[in-house]
Amino acid sequence: MPDLSTPAGWLPVVFLALMGISMLAYVVLDGYDLGVGLLLRHACDADKDRMIASIGPFWDANETWLVLGVGLMLTAFPLAHGVVLSALYLPVAAMLIGLTLRGVAFEFRAKADAAHKHRWNLAFFAGSLLATFAQGTMLGWYILGFDPGTGSLLFAMFTGFALCAGYGLLGATWLILKTEGELQVHAVRWARSTLWATAAGVAAISLATPLVSPRIFEKWFSLPNVIGLAPIPLATTALFLVTATFLQRLPAAEDRWCWVPFAATVGVFVLAFLGLAYSLFPYLVVDRITIWQAASAPESLMIILVGAAVVLPTIFGYTVYAYRVFRGKARELTYL
Amino acid sequence: MLESAITAAATPDALLLARIQFAANITFHILFPTITIALAWVLLFFKLRFNATGDAKWMDAYYFWVKVFALTFALGVVSGITMSFQFGTNWPGFMETVGNIAGPLLAYEVLTAFFLEATFLGIMLFGYQRVGNRMHTVATVLVAFGTSMSAFWILVLNSWMHTPAGFEMIDGKAHATDWLAIVFNPSLPYRLTHMMIASGLTVAFLVAGISAWRLLRGDRTPAVMATLKVGTWLGAILIPLQIVVGDLHGLNTLEHQPAKIAAIEGVWETERGAPLLLFALPNAQTRSNDYALGVPNLASLILTHEWDGELKGLSEFDGMHPPVAPVFWAFRIMVGTGLLMLAVSWFAAWRLRRDGTVPPALARVMVVMTFSGWVATVSGWYVTEIGRQPWLVQGVLSTADAASAVPAAAVGTTLALYLTLYVLLLAAYVGALFHLARKGDRSSAPGTPATGAAVAGGLRA
Repeated sequence: MPDLSTPAGWLPVVFLALMGISMLAYVVLDGYDLGVGLLLRHACDADKDRMIASIGPFWDANETWLVLGVGLMLTAFPLAHGVVLSALYLPVAAMLIGLTLRGVAFEFRAKADAAHKHRWNLAFFAGSLLATFAQGTMLGWYILGFDPGTGSLLFAMFTGFALCAGYGLLGATWLILKTEGELQVHAVRWARSTLWATAAGVAAISLATPLVSPRIFEKWFSLPNVIGLAPIPLATTALFLVTATFLQRLPAAEDRWCWVPFAATVGVFVLAFLGLAYSLFPYLVVDRITIWQAASAPESLMIILVGAAVVLPTIFGYTVYAYRVFRGKARELTYL
Repeated sequence: MLESAITAAATPDALLLARIQFAANITFHILFPTITIALAWVLLFFKLRFNATGDAKWMDAYYFWVKVFALTFALGVVSGITMSFQFGTNWPGFMETVGNIAGPLLAYEVLTAFFLEATFLGIMLFGYQRVGNRMHTVATVLVAFGTSMSAFWILVLNSWMHTPAGFEMIDGKAHATDWLAIVFNPSLPYRLTHMMIASGLTVAFLVAGISAWRLLRGDRTPAVMATLKVGTWLGAILIPLQIVVGDLHGLNTLEHQPAKIAAIEGVWETERGAPLLLFALPNAQTRSNDYALGVPNLASLILTHEWDGELKGLSEFDGMHPPVAPVFWAFRIMVGTGLLMLAVSWFAAWRLRRDGTVPPALARVMVVMTFSGWVATVSGWYVTEIGRQPWLVQGVLSTADAASAVPAAAVGTTLALYLTLYVLLLAAYVGALFHLARKGDRSSAPGTPATGAAVAGGLRA
């Protein structure tokens, strides 16, 4: 590890953190709106409009976190960007086609001929599914260090399905928070049916990472690390149990506790992310490329950091403002 | 070892496919920002006119065009996400060589523009009843500002690729030495102005064309007449400005990229008093033009402001010059479209001034011209980008050296998928636009009574 008191030492660490935060923000934020897209197929026509209204004001900004995350990788770690995206060429293409289909279907379903609306609804669902599944396979394959074997392919398929369950859970709990009446009852049911598949996915990824790399195994299971790190899996388990318990009781009188499942699910994603980040650090490609090998020149990183230090808090501020403007239960979307 | 893994030379097939794929994506992408950049300001204009006059027609105009804006913006966002990935998947050598320059510029675009426009777009589109009229106007301003900031940063990067400045090469990598020189590189002022006016013209003819179509269908509501006038006058004012700016941009290119100008003018050998070719078939085999028809000495006069000024020929560049035919023809399509725009917008402005409306035949021409801005903008981009070949960054990095080693089959398959998707989406977009226009002011679905008139009434009450 290089000297962290020099810019060439600490700047890559800061940028890894910024990139990680962007990716986490993307997974949680676009995760819930992709999840709503996945659930769309199970809803009746009237509910579909309300489900989409619940994500309407937010989805554009949610996807921008992906552009920031990938943009930071591109600008701060160009070498890793080339290796990772070349290896993931096909799933990335599938994800992009999925995101394109979904983003435009959102607009077309409301603006094209009403006779075609069901087709755009289908495109919205299919795009969400393709994008989510592709992201899940990318995650699985990335963790395995882009190993080309059949076993790795099967594992990547599994993480693809697991992420569909995970985003489905985020989407369903978001709907519990943002809707009421019959749709909310449906959302509770959807959340229950995706909860355990999500848990299985988180468990599988947590077990696979140490098995792939002796270095990662050592980081987790040597003493005293194993004791110090125990809170991460324990807290994750606790959050799953909290979610399960509340899902049995919701919707409650006066709509109390409607925010709990969403908050707990977000907590699960944050903890899973922290665990993964701890495993991988300081590598960008498992045990092959470190952040220092891949980083851009310090003077360029410094220029970006100055901008980010000013602008990111501003972005955070107006994002909070936008969520406050549209707080409460989702209403029908009107332009005026 | 790592370096060689990703810069392993691409095969000629894979290089050509990677270029076609990137060109297809960027061509599809630019259609939509070209509209949203200027349409955001036009929407603000409608909104401010309404705030000032209280006339419901301006809110009706806003209500109709904000839907077009939302649709166009969504297409721009999703195709833009594709772009951000393809920088890495198609051109890994680009970021490896000039990442220290391109990286911060792209990062500033995301940080200062993308989040601003995407977040306030939600409020601009759906927040009217929640935030009130004043905050809604502020959100509209911020969205317009965000789209223009985005255009600024990406054009800084693009201009730098044409006229790189403010850097030094160390071990084959560009390192920044002067950020002001990088940002305000020699071609930026011309390219930025040229593109912003192109966006304005695209929107002018889009607004005028759709309004003319509604007029032809018998819709003479005040909002339609107002947008017809706004579109026509915007076009009539911007087109002469664009011709002047385009000329200055050309002179700047002559100074920094003479090979591009030689390709535009079809000048194979250096000559004095070069003619302005109106028609010719550039022949790369014989390195001359077939069936050339030109105005004597005019090209020299335009470019050097001298009757027999010297123009450098393509032979002077040791084979490092762009393919001639596509640049030559794209330039003529751009200029031809521009001249057509001049004739149509001035004639329409004159008839509007005299009669308060346009005759049906002229209205039909305006409908045909609805997407003429796209034609001119895309052919203009082809001139400048193909005209930079074989360089990706002029004099610094060749396109072939930046390409990835992804197998041709993978690029070809995804290219076919992207192309199919883009053709379908473009058809759906144009279809949806005319569908919205057909619905006209009957567009309020049951349960959404909020037309401009209703809002205006509500505000006055």
